Amino acid sequence: MGDHHPTGFTRWLYTTNHKDIGSMYLWFSFVMFLIGGAMAMVIRAELYQPGLQFVEPNFFNQMTTMHGLIMVFGAVMPSMVGLANWLIPMMIGAPDMALPRMNNWSFWILPFAFFLLLSSLFMEGGAPNFGWTFYAPLSTTFGPPSTDFFILGVHMMGISSIMGAINVIVTVFNMRAPGMTLMKMPLFVWTWLITAFLLIMVMPVLAGTVTMMLTDRHFGTAFFDAAGGGDPVMFQHIFWFFGHPEVYIMILPAFGVVSEIIPTFSRKKLFGYSSMVYATASIALLSFIVWAHHMFAVGMPVAGELFFMIATMLIAVPTGVKVFNWVATMWQGSLTFETPMLFSIAFVILFTIGGFSGVMLAMAPVDFQYHDTYFVVAHFHYVLFPGAIFGTTAAVYYWLPKWAGKMYNETAGKIHFWLSMIFVNLTFFPMHFSGLAGMPRRIPDYNMMFADFNMWASIGAFGLGLTQIYFLVIVLLTLKNGKKAEDKQWEGASGLEWDALPSPAPYHTFSTPPKVD
Amino acid sequence: MNEQMQQQNKKLILRLMAIIGGMFLFAFALIPLYNVFCDITGINGKTRGQALYQNVEIDKKRVVTIEFLTNINRGMPWAFGSKVKSMEVHPGELNEVIFYAKNPSKSEIIGQSVPSVSPGEAALYLNKTECFCFDQQKLMAGEEVEMPMKFYIDTDLPEDITRLTLSYQLFNVTDAVNAAKGATK
Repeated sequence: MGDHHPTGFTRWLYTTNHKDIGSMYLWFSFVMFLIGGAMAMVIRAELYQPGLQFVEPNFFNQMTTMHGLIMVFGAVMPSMVGLANWLIPMMIGAPDMALPRMNNWSFWILPFAFFLLLSSLFMEGGAPNFGWTFYAPLSTTFGPPSTDFFILGVHMMGISSIMGAINVIVTVFNMRAPGMTLMKMPLFVWTWLITAFLLIMVMPVLAGTVTMMLTDRHFGTAFFDAAGGGDPVMFQHIFWFFGHPEVYIMILPAFGVVSEIIPTFSRKKLFGYSSMVYATASIALLSFIVWAHHMFAVGMPVAGELFFMIATMLIAVPTGVKVFNWVATMWQGSLTFETPMLFSIAFVILFTIGGFSGVMLAMAPVDFQYHDTYFVVAHFHYVLFPGAIFGTTAAVYYWLPKWAGKMYNETAGKIHFWLSMIFVNLTFFPMHFSGLAGMPRRIPDYNMMFADFNMWASIGAFGLGLTQIYFLVIVLLTLKNGKKAEDKQWEGASGLEWDALPSPAPYHTFSTPPKVD
Repeated sequence: MNEQMQQQNKKLILRLMAIIGGMFLFAFALIPLYNVFCDITGINGKTRGQALYQNVEIDKKRVVTIEFLTNINRGMPWAFGSKVKSMEVHPGELNEVIFYAKNPSKSEIIGQSVPSVSPGEAALYLNKTECFCFDQQKLMAGEEVEMPMKFYIDTDLPEDITRLTLSYQLFNVTDAVNAAKGATK
């Protein structure tokens, strides 16, 4: 054993080590996060005041489209895969992921996929401008020529996620240390296992959808073209069959992260472990029968609206179980508020606000008013930023001592948290109001009456963007000259990665499986 | 990694690949599945083919308003519309509406109109005995036609529907038809 590893660039190019690949995923997703964030800054700068100031409407549409695509496929999903790579083998006592070479491949596809997608910004006709949901016929008949680069990019990132998911499933099923039964696994491993199943179920459907787009555009098929007997609404049905499970793909691993962190800093065991597992599985199963709540306004029969409305509201039940369990874990615990805990508590509170606006949107009769307004934008940013991204941020603060063997500066972490907390609310809370008042999404200009809400949101967004650069500074300073971390940095922590491994975790771990009782 | 585990991994990977392949095909299968589902339930506003008008009872007590909408798709130069914009009809009664189309361009064009009924669930109860949408129309340069459409509304139309809209979207299918002809030659 020992800590020998190759050096230089080829170490990263050829590596099959789950820790190296995990780090690359995390850094890659952070770069994408900054690129997608820069596009959000363009959007918010344009919306700072009514009227057209900085960009033309077509470029504005390219920004909203690319911001969505990059954040979903480039920032959130790879960051979760990065966490899975780092943590799952250490948590279940495995020496590495089950399929290390495929692991290398699934990472190295990503830079090329996003190179294809981002290069479309510099092409004639501009980047895709039809929204990240790429509804037909906007993306088929009316899409810019660069749409084909988008299609190929989506294919490649889909292949990457599918391989990542296969790897997680095989690792969890076949590589657990003796004694690590399924119901003893840390909740993060559980949520990722369920996410991986969602991925292999729906990413192929996304691949099918973009393939149909490609043949509609170039090979004379008419899947989504009414002139040839197709149906553009069909596109929405197929897209959201992928799209709704996709939103749980982005959030379930974050559920797992806070389910690890909250018990640590409450110095109690997680309340209702098995109900957490069942709740996660029920959310995943329900996610397959609710897709049409994204399209209440297309003109569905009442029976259909009722079905999708009730099924959607049903998801609030397992989600409520989870929120209840997190709160019950904290109840009467000896709480301390280190940075990861702060981000996790904010996650619970703000994700619940996003959940509430989700229940409002689930009601078909009122959805007719909210559909395609800023209320929807507020809703999904509340579940994605303080949800998925706070979850990942909490994970980085929590496991950084284990990964790097160095401790971040607690004061700096707390400043990062409070700035993020203030700015995330300043950015997205006013959007609820402008949305309820009728401001449509994806427009570069708006009625004067929305001016104040938009000004606040823009100020919040600039602050939120700068705060994330501060996060980068904190992480870099920690890696450079952070204090040495203890093997078990958090006294309340449990799990193999804290109990059986030193900090930093050696390059090769668990070459002989640990004993789990 | 020992041999036994490699075998286990291989088995699991093959199963997962089967799911992935199946789901990829499922995306394509969704199209016929949705179509069959909508055909049976009639919920997406697509009307059925030609109906027969035989021994239909007329419900004089009910009056249903039916509106006609016509839209012309991009790349179609025709003028297209109906002579009347709306009618009040009794369920069961056979009615006729005249649509007109004119090709003002200097070339021959083939048109295909695609009907859609709103609210969607009314589509099952709108029976057409004669409709230009059953065929394609070929108009020479400058040619003008009147096209009758005959329909009756089923007496089983749900009580809560008192008004429905029949819309036609007219597409230029000249290139597609010629391409298909070229392919068969």
